[in-house]
Amino acid sequence: MALSRGEVEHIAELAKLALTEEEKALYAEQLSAILDYFRKLQEVDTSGIAPTATVLPIRNVFRPDEPGEPMPRERLLQNAPAQADGCFQVQPILEFE
Amino acid sequence: MIGLEIHAELQTRSKMFCPCPVVDSTTAEPNRYVCPVCAGMPGTLPVPNRRAIEWTILTGLALNCEIAEYSLFYRKNYFYPDLPSEYQRSMYDYPLCLNGYLEIETPEGSKRVRIRRVHIEEDTGKLIHIGGVTLVDFNRAGVPLMEIVTEPDMHSVEEVKAFATALRTLLRYLGVNSGDMEKGVIRFEANVSVRPKGETRLGTRTEIKNLNSFRALVRAVDYEIRRQIEIVRSGGRVEQETMGWDEAREVTVPQRGKEHAHDYRYFPEPDIPPLVISREWVEEIRAMLPELPRARMARFEQVYGLTRYEAALLTEDHRVADYFERAVTLARQEEPVVEPRTLAAWITGELFRLMNEANREIQDVRVSPESLVGLIRMVQRGEINMNTGKLVLREAFETGEVPHRIVEAKGFTQIRDVEALREIVLQVIKANPKEVESYLRGKEGVLKWFVGQVMRATRGQADPQRVNELVREALEARRAARSSEDPR
Ligand SMILES: [Zn+2]
Repeated sequence: MALSRGEVEHIAELAKLALTEEEKALYAEQLSAILDYFRKLQEVDTSGIAPTATVLPIRNVFRPDEPGEPMPRERLLQNAPAQADGCFQVQPILEFE
Repeated sequence: MIGLEIHAELQTRSKMFCPCPVVDSTTAEPNRYVCPVCAGMPGTLPVPNRRAIEWTILTGLALNCEIAEYSLFYRKNYFYPDLPSEYQRSMYDYPLCLNGYLEIETPEGSKRVRIRRVHIEEDTGKLIHIGGVTLVDFNRAGVPLMEIVTEPDMHSVEEVKAFATALRTLLRYLGVNSGDMEKGVIRFEANVSVRPKGETRLGTRTEIKNLNSFRALVRAVDYEIRRQIEIVRSGGRVEQETMGWDEAREVTVPQRGKEHAHDYRYFPEPDIPPLVISREWVEEIRAMLPELPRARMARFEQVYGLTRYEAALLTEDHRVADYFERAVTLARQEEPVVEPRTLAAWITGELFRLMNEANREIQDVRVSPESLVGLIRMVQRGEINMNTGKLVLREAFETGEVPHRIVEAKGFTQIRDVEALREIVLQVIKANPKEVESYLRGKEGVLKWFVGQVMRATRGQADPQRVNELVREALEARRAARSSEDPR
């Protein structure tokens, strides 16, 4: 199953990746090969089998509702590309207001 | 036809997947309540908050839902700066609660609005747009958020309002959400579609977002219904789109720019094992259900003899209902007994008026149920009249002082000493011979004028009924005296 260039561009857009023309061609080929490989799974008859979210036998892992110590703000912000007023600063978002 | 989607934060002590405290995100210092988990740092492990799950099931039970036996968190993937991990955890295909309903009051009687589903997701951070940049505060990121989705069962703005109010009241009764729209802890979105009478196919629906007050919700739905009817009438077609509510211009406008890449690539959250909800657990949670608003309203009508209207007013906020019932208990303990209906009238009348004026909620009212009952007793015993009672209530409301002290301090006590009152009446009659004359000549209306004069002389502290009797008595005595003098 061959992925079109358009599909590769869409996937790259969803993952916020900027690809060169060479990369698009390369990934179209590689992703197609991966999909072909997975197609083998579709040959298995799964009717009557409930969807499986996990193969681990663990269920219901919870914590009690008890507040704990948050992280010092200085540490939280130390990797921020930019900060102001104790906040992460990002490129302006044009939002409906 | 209108359906609603409601996002209500669960006001647990800690966040959904980490122990960071849940705080008021409108007042807390930004980014003080964040940890590596809710900041979406790699290598962290989210662990669900048990109480948030229980509260969601509790809400589902109160909404007459079926509770799922199996539930699962998914990752909803998209890029936006308010979402630190670039995915939002949400029970996508496996909501905890399904197929319920909420009963509301409409002018045509009560009606059921069906609930399609109730599930948990995590709230996002907050974006602050300021001076050409965007700042991000993650205090709210990871706060448990309950999503409640209705079927499109509402047919008018009034029904939307009734539903929104009833749901907010219910969440408050359950103690899971304060219902404070200004603080953003509960948020509404509306789906609106219209269809001509007799048409069975559904019209194209639009979705309205950005509704941050009850007023905005009601106005936006009203506007959108009229906009769509206009389009259909003029032979046009309604576009399926997402609208925003422009508060300033009071119109809905298409929200552009966000429709790209609506491909969330949901997949099961591998870090959170599935949830299996045993029936024993559900029953334990059911046992936690308090008396719900409608049941309490019905009880107030039956047990206290209130009207539906009074019962509805008193039960809309459970703290008001608690206040009323505390007063009812106190009112029965001593003579003179104050009737529940009298209490209801004072609370929904005078007290609500004062609360509205001061924009104060019942928990901030400084007149205790004890004080209110004491005040009403003074009126019933005739120590003060009704008008003075209202004045004293206002004073108590403003100062927090106990009513009987206010009455003493201000000399408000009604003149009950009949002799003292008779003295004043006689003085007033003596000072106004002309008016006495016209009364004796048959002008009955003058009696009222005399009562007014006496009330003024006593600074309103006399019982008007009693004054009336005394004035009539004195004037008639004059008449009798005159006819015995007159030999004729
Ligand atoms: Zn955290």
